[in-house]
Amino acid sequence: MTIDTAKAPAETGHQEPSPGTMMRKRVFSHWGFMIGAFVLIAIFLMALLAPYISPGDPFDQVLSRKLIPPIWSDSVKATWDHPLGTDHLGRDYMTRLFYGARISLLIGFGAMLISGIIGTTLGVLAGYYGGRVDMVVNFIITTRLSMPVVLVALAVVSIVGSSLTVVVWVLGLLIWDRFAVVMRSATQQVRALDFVTSAQALGCSTPRILLTEVMPNITNHLIVIATLEMAHAILLEAALSFLGLGVQPPEPSWGLMISEAKGMIFFDPWLITIPGLALFALVLSINLLGDGIRDVTAPENRN
Amino acid sequence: MPAHSESKRVLEVRRLNVEIPVPTGMLRPVQDVSLHVDRGETLCVVGESGCGKSLTSLAIMDLLPTKAKRTCDEMQLSGDNVFRIGERAMSDIRGDRMSMIFQEPMTSLNPAYTIGNQLAEALQRHRNVSKAQARERAIYLLEKVGITAAAGRLGQYPHQLSGGLRQRVMIAMALMCGPDLIIADEPTTALDVTIQAQILHLLADLQREFQMGMILITHDLGVVARIADRVAVMYAGQVVETGTAKQIFNAPQHPYTRGLLDCIPIPGKTKRGARLGAIPGIVPSLVGHMSGCHFASRCPQVHEACKTGNIDLLPTAQPGHLSRCLLTQGAGSAPRETEGAAS
Amino acid sequence: MNDIVLEAKGVTRTFMISGGFMKPKRPLHAVNGIDLRIRQGEVLALVGESGCGKTTLAKMLLGLLPPTSGSLELDGNPIETMNRLRIAQTVQPIFQDPYSSLNPRKSIGSIITLPLKVQGDKDPGTWRKRADEIMELVGLPRRVYNNYPSQLSGGQRQRVAIARALINRPRIVICDEPTSALDVSVQSQILNLLQDLREELGLTYLVISHNLAVVEHMATRVAVMYLGRIVEEEDAGTLFDTPKHPYSKALLESVLTPDPSLGVPDTHLGAAYPNPLDMPSGCRFHPRCIKALPHCSTIAPRKIPFGDGHVECHLYDENEGKGKLAS
Repeated sequence: MTIDTAKAPAETGHQEPSPGTMMRKRVFSHWGFMIGAFVLIAIFLMALLAPYISPGDPFDQVLSRKLIPPIWSDSVKATWDHPLGTDHLGRDYMTRLFYGARISLLIGFGAMLISGIIGTTLGVLAGYYGGRVDMVVNFIITTRLSMPVVLVALAVVSIVGSSLTVVVWVLGLLIWDRFAVVMRSATQQVRALDFVTSAQALGCSTPRILLTEVMPNITNHLIVIATLEMAHAILLEAALSFLGLGVQPPEPSWGLMISEAKGMIFFDPWLITIPGLALFALVLSINLLGDGIRDVTAPENRN
Repeated sequence: MPAHSESKRVLEVRRLNVEIPVPTGMLRPVQDVSLHVDRGETLCVVGESGCGKSLTSLAIMDLLPTKAKRTCDEMQLSGDNVFRIGERAMSDIRGDRMSMIFQEPMTSLNPAYTIGNQLAEALQRHRNVSKAQARERAIYLLEKVGITAAAGRLGQYPHQLSGGLRQRVMIAMALMCGPDLIIADEPTTALDVTIQAQILHLLADLQREFQMGMILITHDLGVVARIADRVAVMYAGQVVETGTAKQIFNAPQHPYTRGLLDCIPIPGKTKRGARLGAIPGIVPSLVGHMSGCHFASRCPQVHEACKTGNIDLLPTAQPGHLSRCLLTQGAGSAPRETEGAAS
Repeated sequence: MNDIVLEAKGVTRTFMISGGFMKPKRPLHAVNGIDLRIRQGEVLALVGESGCGKTTLAKMLLGLLPPTSGSLELDGNPIETMNRLRIAQTVQPIFQDPYSSLNPRKSIGSIITLPLKVQGDKDPGTWRKRADEIMELVGLPRRVYNNYPSQLSGGQRQRVAIARALINRPRIVICDEPTSALDVSVQSQILNLLQDLREELGLTYLVISHNLAVVEHMATRVAVMYLGRIVEEEDAGTLFDTPKHPYSKALLESVLTPDPSLGVPDTHLGAAYPNPLDMPSGCRFHPRCIKALPHCSTIAPRKIPFGDGHVECHLYDENEGKGKLAS
């Protein structure tokens, strides 16, 4: 062998740590990420373990014990049997809160999944192929962007009927635009890099290039948008339920709970505050997590 | 535009250090760097990536990232102290008495404004002149940098010009206030080879005419040889050799400089197809303290004494030619300990 | 095996660029009729500056872009008849930027063995062994197999790119500015490596570069490109000793050798720059040529054969083949 390895760069003691190790370090030192993740996991567990940790049954109406205030109020009616009080139909509020988390998370996750698949597929294809494909996808995106989401959702739901499944599908089919736009631009950037040209020159098929060369380099964008759209879907569902065209009573959707409580806002303010705060906490934690993921996967973007 | 002062020495920097805290410790990308430039003189700072040449120029302009800290014994622009004078005073000096030309003209020019606008602003920021006067000076300088029909160009936007033209506009912008010193950071690296020759020719002409001091930062030894009056070779944060261009190229003293010159194929000199010289190893990490010569791990002539202690720039047999190497002739033929003498 | 590894005849490539809002598309003639012939064992250097079309040409030679017209043959086979994999086995690229030519999410091992996965060595058991072999050949330590590109230096990454290109022993390697993005001390290592590999493995190179010092060192033949055409092609020694086309001369004059006793040359090229969207009439170089004759702006020069090569310039018209300037 005439090639002399001695001329290759000598080893030095200092070796750059692997990207995985660096990422783990960044994750644990990012407070936004940790708080967001912590709260989200807490809410998730709350939803998961709802049957085991709830004081009662979310549908159990006992009118004799309606409108009991939460445990921290001065009223004599407050009792540890119902730590967060009861609503106007005597249902335990804490239980409804926990079960409500299920609905929010389910819808958020379901809609995010559906819209993610639609939007990512469209965006990646548009970004990779450019030309006519891009033109068509752009047209589809523009059409979608010119539709007012809430009104369309309301219209569809009022025609088809409102149930959990319908809401998930309607939202999923409406909120994919941000996925498409971001994935398209991310794909375009990766597409211009030499390693993609190299893969083409090696004879790789396009599906293989999209899956093994392009996708791994755009997943961080995907995850960030996924968290944002999940929060978006949750808020949309709450709005729909508030307007009466989302989840139907007696389901314990947080949005529905807010709607049912709006008449009593001055007299029994906890009825509207508790689900409102829960919604806020969930959406905030998802957003913090999304920000955190973006910072952790692309620290050079952080100022 | 009259020069600000008549002092011969345009820039004097003594023992400049830059420290930047990083997750793994304290990075010291610029260590003990001393430079000086006279009126009408071109100093080329040459080195490879990571040697600290760009950060040195940013340190002089006080444009380092916020976390960075710089210290020096002296930093004077035409005799006036420019170290620790506050951001307000510094921003008055930048663009006026000291200008910078960057590598990428597209990102240094604002794509949203016409070049006439940007040129005029460069002058009006520092002088109380009317728009018409600024325009006049802009036209004068555009023609000086070789752009014909300059008046018509004022209304153009950066994207309408080629790379070479944009770089000429950058040069004109740097000259608007008649600076004492121009710092050009890789001004021709992004340009085609024929355009590069034109731009360098232009810079040399302008410097002769306006008698400014110029620091040209580059990694291209060919550029250095042709345009430099004096050269500072940087490696791993330090200046390892300095002298006139003839001294450095005809009799390089530092093993790194010699190694670099061996690496480049020279048409006419290097035998076609022959093996080029190489410098094995990689640049050491500049985080934390390093004792001894920074080049020791890669030097073909390393001795034990090279690995410890602090090695200063030592004089050679030629006046003005200094080398940071214990084996430098004129500093004694055998390596010996330096106890930080003459610091 | 065919001695002629690659042959291009009259290859052109035109792109339709949007003219702006509401305006029709305009043609961008990136490559305008290129003839090339590369023989086994040669190092042909394609020299030119921005706008000359060398990147577009490289993409066509790699089979990634079909020519608008003209023919391309690899190893005697027309490129249209070859399937993607056969082309990949014949010609491979090495790119300029070691930072963008490796997928940051893949390990070095998986980058280097990708050609094996795709091009048919269906026995995964041999992959590691073959990777080790090629890594040793290019001077990469074994432990690098499990590392990621971010952990390697620029020079090491370029070696990975070389290993990936060579692992399946292609007939011809297209090097697009293989050392321009590297430090000087690393450039020489890579150039030495490319030289050694050429001898060891009997490779043929097409080197695209604007660095004439590197070209002079490595190339056996040189083709000078300007605005989509080859204006001069010749064996390297002859071109560097006696360049004929005014553009070749200007290019060579622009090479800054590290000689402190010389200043910066004045190439007399003027401030015009080559814009492929706005092609000059006649000879494309005439706006910048100090030796332009009156008819240079109206009549395009023909290909004039010269010894082993050719030149396209009216200055040599009347003395075809004699190597003398027209009076």
